[in-house]
Amino acid sequence: MDAVIENLPLYWQGFRTTLTLAIVAGLAALVLGTLLGAFRVSPVPPLRAFGATYVELVRNTPLTIVFFFFVFVAPQVGIQVPFFVSAVFALSVYTAAFVCEAVRSGVNSVSVGQAEAARSIGLTFNQTLREVVMPQAFRTIVPPLINIFIALTKNTSVAGGFFVLELFGVGRRLANAYSGDVIAVLLGVAFFYLLITIPSGLLANQVERKVAFAR
Amino acid sequence: MTSVLYDVPGPRARRRNLIGTVVGGLVLLALAALVVNQLRVNGIFEVRRWQIFWDPPPPFPDSAQDVWRFLLVQGLGATLRAAGIAAIFAMLLGFVLAVWRMAPRRWVQIPAITVIEFFRGLPVVLLMLFSALALGLSIFQAVVLGLVIYNAAIIGEILRAGIVSLPKGQSEAAYAIGMTHWQTLVLILLPQAVRRMLPSLVSQLVVLLKDTSLGFIVGYTELLRSVQNLRDYFGNAFLFSLFFVGAAIYIAVNFSISRLAVWLERRGTKKAAGGVAPIETDVDGQLDPGLGRTQQSRGGPL
Repeated sequence: MDAVIENLPLYWQGFRTTLTLAIVAGLAALVLGTLLGAFRVSPVPPLRAFGATYVELVRNTPLTIVFFFFVFVAPQVGIQVPFFVSAVFALSVYTAAFVCEAVRSGVNSVSVGQAEAARSIGLTFNQTLREVVMPQAFRTIVPPLINIFIALTKNTSVAGGFFVLELFGVGRRLANAYSGDVIAVLLGVAFFYLLITIPSGLLANQVERKVAFAR
Repeated sequence: MTSVLYDVPGPRARRRNLIGTVVGGLVLLALAALVVNQLRVNGIFEVRRWQIFWDPPPPFPDSAQDVWRFLLVQGLGATLRAAGIAAIFAMLLGFVLAVWRMAPRRWVQIPAITVIEFFRGLPVVLLMLFSALALGLSIFQAVVLGLVIYNAAIIGEILRAGIVSLPKGQSEAAYAIGMTHWQTLVLILLPQAVRRMLPSLVSQLVVLLKDTSLGFIVGYTELLRSVQNLRDYFGNAFLFSLFFVGAAIYIAVNFSISRLAVWLERRGTKKAAGGVAPIETDVDGQLDPGLGRTQQSRGGPL
């Protein structure tokens, strides 16, 4: 237990790094994923194919492989960035595929009649999208997005295996230093992860219930 | 193509789409050319970089067969072994958790709920590290145990969602003919839930298989670690080609299992009655593991 209390500053630093990673990568994935999602519902075949291929490829690739690529392989082809940036790249590239799917299914969950009605009262394409389809799609998208964020938070732990000192990295270092106190040290790490994941999960449930009610 | 967003395109929209196709195609081609050029400049396409796969160059006494054996038998073998054993135990434990969670008394459910919520919110690597250091297991056991605990929690939730989604008449009928709660659960509801959730379960197995690669971080010699070991042996020049082949193997295996999930889903929906719940690719956000939103609030797979 002493090991945890003595090293609270280190935990705190790890927690902040984890949170920063999750938020930065989350935002990047949100942008990239929304773009890919737009590709997937666009009328232009090559873009659709690109979006589909991306999703299919990334979904069947373990995150560790993506990390391995950005940390070890990319420098060989002339892309040299700090480890933290590699981690952000890997996490956002990986998470974008899931954001893309959430966006696509959100759009598809709006019933066709809505858009048809919008068009039949003379709204333009942009108006249809902005006033009718998107507000409804957005509702469906938010709960899965929160779940994606939770998964992303847990996935940041992989960065700990690739030279970024976040929560998992801190846990591993402390576990080596205080081999007698391993259980307390790792439970400390678990506590900080749950500090993010459980409230987010509750939030997702809450939002979901609201959405279900509104329908 | 009909979608929410568009009508069937008329002549003008078709022309616009054609222009979009050409422009979009060109942009994608340009991007691909950029990537290929970047690879070429860094000498990735030189034959000697790939030679280890058919005839390792002179300084190395090994044959290509050794390389492949190391990758496929040792690397992929270790990955599949860990995944296979973990899958079996995760399924069994998942069943137990699901049944436990459906217990008639609230206070009996609480331990199961706690276990599920606790382990669902933790990273799998952390569970592996904990098993290895705190429980003193061997690395292989630690990897398997980490996978089992996490996936059992998720599978338990999938099964519970499957049970909840069944029509109420099923349990009512079972009670009506005098079955007890456990009989109803185990004989009537669970079998149907498994059938319904089969695609989700298979998708979760893909997640499990993907997560064996986390063994890389805790030092289990699986496929990715084999790639790195080969790199250490043959030298950095071969890193790209080794990585390329290693990633291709991973993707090929996962892709086949994902296809299996899709196939199961199609097959299920064809047989209308009591069919399979659709893989909600989307809703759960994550993988397509069919976890619908309801089942999955702690951000399950991915």
